[in-house]
Amino acid sequence: MFIADYSAKNIYDEMFSSEGFPRKSYDFVKTKMESLGGIELVKRSTSAERALMSLGITFTLYGDGGEQERIMPFDVIPRIVPSEEWVSMEKGLKQRIQALNLFLRDIYGEGKILKDKIIPRDLIESSSGYLKQCIGLKPPKDIWIHITGTDLVRDGAGAFHVLEDNLRCPSGVSYVLENREVMKRTFPELFEKLNIRQVYDYPYHLRSMLENLTDVVDPVIAVWTPGVFNSAYYEHSFLAQKMGVYLVEGSDLIVENHKVYMKTTKGLRKVDVIYRRIDDTFMDQSSFRPDSLLGVKGIFEAFKRGNVALANAPGTGVADDKVIYSYVPKIIKYYLGEEPIIPNVPTYLCSEESDLKFVLENIHNLVVKAANGAGGYGMIIGPKATKQEQEDFKELIKADPRNYIAQPVLNLSTVPTLIADKIESRHVDLRPFILYGKDIYVMPGGLTRVALRKGSLVVNSSQGGGSKDTWVLG
Amino acid sequence: MLSRVAESVFWMNRYIERAENYSRFIDVNHQLSLDLNEEVPNQWLPLVHTTGDIELFEKRYSSPSPVNVIRFMTFDEENPNSIFQCLSRARENARTIRENISTSMWEVLNEFYLFVKDYRKVYMESSALHGDTLSMGLSDFLSTVRKSCQSFYGCSDATISHDEVWNFSLLGRFLERADKTTRILDMKYFILLPSVQDVGSTLDLLQWLSLLKSASAHEMYNQKYKRVDPTDIAEFLILNETFPRSIFFCIQEMQEALEKISGIKEGLPRNLAQDATTVYLNRLRSENIKSIFDKGLHEYLDDIQIELNHIGSKIVERFFTN
Repeated sequence: MFIADYSAKNIYDEMFSSEGFPRKSYDFVKTKMESLGGIELVKRSTSAERALMSLGITFTLYGDGGEQERIMPFDVIPRIVPSEEWVSMEKGLKQRIQALNLFLRDIYGEGKILKDKIIPRDLIESSSGYLKQCIGLKPPKDIWIHITGTDLVRDGAGAFHVLEDNLRCPSGVSYVLENREVMKRTFPELFEKLNIRQVYDYPYHLRSMLENLTDVVDPVIAVWTPGVFNSAYYEHSFLAQKMGVYLVEGSDLIVENHKVYMKTTKGLRKVDVIYRRIDDTFMDQSSFRPDSLLGVKGIFEAFKRGNVALANAPGTGVADDKVIYSYVPKIIKYYLGEEPIIPNVPTYLCSEESDLKFVLENIHNLVVKAANGAGGYGMIIGPKATKQEQEDFKELIKADPRNYIAQPVLNLSTVPTLIADKIESRHVDLRPFILYGKDIYVMPGGLTRVALRKGSLVVNSSQGGGSKDTWVLG
Repeated sequence: MLSRVAESVFWMNRYIERAENYSRFIDVNHQLSLDLNEEVPNQWLPLVHTTGDIELFEKRYSSPSPVNVIRFMTFDEENPNSIFQCLSRARENARTIRENISTSMWEVLNEFYLFVKDYRKVYMESSALHGDTLSMGLSDFLSTVRKSCQSFYGCSDATISHDEVWNFSLLGRFLERADKTTRILDMKYFILLPSVQDVGSTLDLLQWLSLLKSASAHEMYNQKYKRVDPTDIAEFLILNETFPRSIFFCIQEMQEALEKISGIKEGLPRNLAQDATTVYLNRLRSENIKSIFDKGLHEYLDDIQIELNHIGSKIVERFFTN
């Protein structure tokens, strides 16, 4: 059988234990895949891809051959998270979000954690995500981070770690929902047999979370997109459509008397809640970057006066700064008095002299990332870099140590993946989505991103990564 | 509804209606050319005149050969009105307003676009390989284009609320359709010019028939009139109150859509776009085909186009810019 040749040695594989036996959660799926056989699997994979193409779930590549429209690569072999693992993960994520929210409230308010010297004040004030304009701000219901996409990875022993917190505009949830729809069409027999936890109600949770941000009865809600050229535009319009709310661009909005209105065929209409998918500093030319072409003048002031709710609140970027990230275990302990349920990946801060020395000497063994980089940019994977690249990166670090952190190269876990007509092992991570409204809701599963290039650890879609459906059983 | 969205809905429908009309124009002309025994000179040029893109055509092609005209109107990337470009733009508009239309509408349109795009690729490759081939699969292609437009309309009718989005769709569709009907009628003017001596001949009859077919009108016309007669055809396509491609019918639909959009009952102040359609509809009611022919059909059709442009600009002014 074609799965038999699969090897997963010296690594944590999601489907097979180190002895080569399938894990309990994968038993049924493995048997089924084997009985289908390679040819049938390829056939179903092709039809799944065709469905994604018809649905227009694509992004555009610009290259030598002109424009090319591609679907986001999608692998039909699911990633399964056993329910007992999920229970503790869910708890851990709720704990983390709660603590981070208290942290944001504190540093833009009293600043107790700074006075108690748990975190150096200058680290906060030098973070590019820290916005002075937000000092003293009181967002509705005291919630700052409404939508989070936390990146999780397994280490070689199979333990989950938080790799980073995405507290600004995390993308990918639309792929989770579309992948699931396509998987249901592709493997109905698996869905009939297994008790896979549903994700289709995410947009309803999102909508009621947004409604929770205002006291207006029957509020007008909008998703704010930078526009059709943004790479996540598909997701913006998808979410607006599924929630049944407006999708607006900056030019559709106007602020008058500190209230936000949108331009409609019947004149101006007041907007009460905005789920913004646009960066903090591009939001408002009068409070932040005056050169923004996407912003709406005066919207921040309208927000401060409580005339419009924004999700996520501006200023949250300070908490997903990769330097601040290294303090999250302390943050959890400080505000909740609890031990973190999901640990961080060990992190070296180049702003600390001893860490800096270690990083410069050991860069060939480390992953170094810019504090505010995203999408696989502004980073170096030491073991994969040339001597020259390592030297060049060291200069960058020395020039601005505050801006860099380093972590050991994690041997991310793998999942069997269909490559051409063979099953091979590929590295994955996991991004669950968390909503903070009346309660905290964690979507069961999340986006599994897979590094499609053999041996690669980079899962970002902008770097050739794909995705898999993620199943939480039971 | 957002003004920007209304504008995109309007244009999405105009482009689809345009693609449908183009496919019919080309197909009918193609069939006609197969029916004619002798080579009729400049059989294809009137088609380009009809679309109003003659300048661009002459810039891009050296002769009005069938192959050139067909390529210009179907797949030419530089012609903003070719079927391929209409579909690309309709789809781009749909992409920016996806949250306002149903998934099945989007799927129909997206698959339609992918079909045209793939077909175009095959066509371009094979004409590069074998020299230009005119009729290979042309009728099938054009027929699929028409069917896809119809299924887009059917799908919108059945899967979105008949509220503002729907009414702006109708505005776009009927404004475009009225414009294309005037151009179909005008086609005869361009065909007739070089051959006045042929009036009443078999060729003349064939041409009038093909004109009816270009408007998908010949069956409905036959039910109402007993013979093929230029005056009757013009009357049918301009003044008929129940045929969905007549000028009268289109303006009436627009008037209704505008009324629903503004929701303003009689006796209250109305908007300019509504005023423009009502004034024009009343004028059509008072006209008859004899007076139109007395004035000169070609001149009259020019007049309608000016009127349609006027209505169009009032719609833009009232709803899309604020």
